[in-house]
Amino acid sequence: MVQGNVFYKIYCFYRDGFRSMTLGRTLWAVILLKLFIMFAVLRLFFFPDVLGDLTPEERSDYVLEQLTSKP
Amino acid sequence: MMLSTADWMSVVDWSRAQFAMTAIYHWLFVPLTLGLGFIVAIMETIYYTTKDEFWKRTTKFWMKLFGVNFAIGVATGIILEFEFGTNWSNYSHFVGDIFGAPLAIEGIMAFFLESTFIAVMFFGWNKVSKGFHLTATWLTAVGASLSALWILVANAWMQYPVGMTFNVETARNEMTSFWEVLFSPVAMNKFFHTVTSSYMLAAVFVVGISAWFLLKGREQLMARRSMMVASIFGLVFALVAAATGDGSGVQIARTQPMKLAAMEALYHGQKGAPLTVISVLKPEKERMTQEKAGWMNIEIPRMLSLMSYRDGDAYVAGINDLVEGNPERGLLSVEEKIERGRVAIGELARYRQAKQGNDREVMREVLAKFDPKSSEGKTFHKEYFRYFGYGYLSSPEEVIPNVPLVYYSFRVMVGAGVFFILSFLFTLWLLKKQQIETRRWWLWVLLWSIPLAYVASQAGWIVAEVGRQPWTIQDLLPTVAAVSRIDSASVVVTFFLFVVLFTTLLIAEIMIMRRQVKIGPEPLLSDPEQSNDKTNRDE
Repeated sequence: MVQGNVFYKIYCFYRDGFRSMTLGRTLWAVILLKLFIMFAVLRLFFFPDVLGDLTPEERSDYVLEQLTSKP
Repeated sequence: MMLSTADWMSVVDWSRAQFAMTAIYHWLFVPLTLGLGFIVAIMETIYYTTKDEFWKRTTKFWMKLFGVNFAIGVATGIILEFEFGTNWSNYSHFVGDIFGAPLAIEGIMAFFLESTFIAVMFFGWNKVSKGFHLTATWLTAVGASLSALWILVANAWMQYPVGMTFNVETARNEMTSFWEVLFSPVAMNKFFHTVTSSYMLAAVFVVGISAWFLLKGREQLMARRSMMVASIFGLVFALVAAATGDGSGVQIARTQPMKLAAMEALYHGQKGAPLTVISVLKPEKERMTQEKAGWMNIEIPRMLSLMSYRDGDAYVAGINDLVEGNPERGLLSVEEKIERGRVAIGELARYRQAKQGNDREVMREVLAKFDPKSSEGKTFHKEYFRYFGYGYLSSPEEVIPNVPLVYYSFRVMVGAGVFFILSFLFTLWLLKKQQIETRRWWLWVLLWSIPLAYVASQAGWIVAEVGRQPWTIQDLLPTVAAVSRIDSASVVVTFFLFVVLFTTLLIAEIMIMRRQVKIGPEPLLSDPEQSNDKTNRDE
């Protein structure tokens, strides 16, 4: 890649930034661990999208039924 | 899924508890990010204009604390979106694109903000020019507040639903005016009140940490100057927060009178209603029947009427008026609203049955009633659909929120706000007199004001959210109809998982933050020319 290329400069900017981190390494570790727990554990196993598998029409029918019937 | 009424109430209660807990923890991180971003930007602006290395060092120190708070808090709000899809699926569908659009804008803005400007803020000190770096710092601060705007617009719509129509065929609300949603008076007041009170919290944080440095006899110059910047910043925005809070009171009186009555524990409506500064609330039965709801009342005559309606003689409705109705004042009873709500729900059920039986004539008939453009639709909306949510209530008393919680939370919020205004003024006076370091007791007060600011901030949300119970969407959808019919056991499990996750994050934040404060700012370079730092050079 040509060194004067703007994309290369942006790449170097981020690369050097990440390399020179000190406290940032700890913070990134916290962020990644948190995102892993949230998306790979909580989202996957505990938070199914209740209406996610339905088509828009089925979803409307389902909610209409919910709104017009007692539990 | 078939649930008994007891199971359903359990799902409602646990889902509410989980949402409240998640929102409370999320809000522990957000206000500091909103305010500290601007304080850091102001400090960097001073560095930019004075070229004094001291200010660069000071900026970098507070920026480091901003980074810790941002990193620990980022994405904690996403869990709220998980909860919408799982625990509140009826609500999520019912609100349609009105809630989705602002949240999508917020998500896109947050992504660009986090991946670009914050990167320049932290990685750019040795890479970009002073001006570009300063611009990135300001854009980070402005972007964070704009990001909050969309969330608060979505929240305000739930408190005051405007700019939409209900589509019977899809069972969703559809946005008819984006600008009406964005610029609703409730949204604007909520946005400015929330962000300015967050700026005040950040100022209390900076002043408190600076007080700690003075107590330890370290970094005195940095502490004094940071205190000066934060006190001026905090004072300005505390006054704006007071003004916008007053504006919120006017909005609440018109759009959520029950919340106002709960905030004041006003059971019997009256003309020229006084504002209760403080009192000890009586038990519920006595509050409802006796003239005064509390003991040891300290009141300001006519002030509640004046603040709510800008008229000292105006009538302010009490809880009893709102529940039982007051024909003289044009107030319908909740019993009547429940009946009307049930008519609207009945029409919806009729549409569903007609749809199942392919009875097109009945479908057309019902659709006409829900059409806001037709005269029949306008009448139906005014007489019945506006009370739609009441149809789900079992008894009129369900519209009364937890009065003591709202009443005391309101006083904690306002009391702390007044204290912070006086605190900033006194701190500035001590700084001017060069006596701040000798008043050690005051430095301790400033340090311990930090948790008070967080308590006040959370109390504000309790007033806003508990005060509007039982509604997820004011008058249209109560929590009992908004919740998904899921097993309460799974909600209980995730509730405690979140308690563990968020408490761990909070402990991590406090530990990392404490360590970074103890380390203090980086040593000052004696010769900036020796540094390979573009931001040290003039452009």
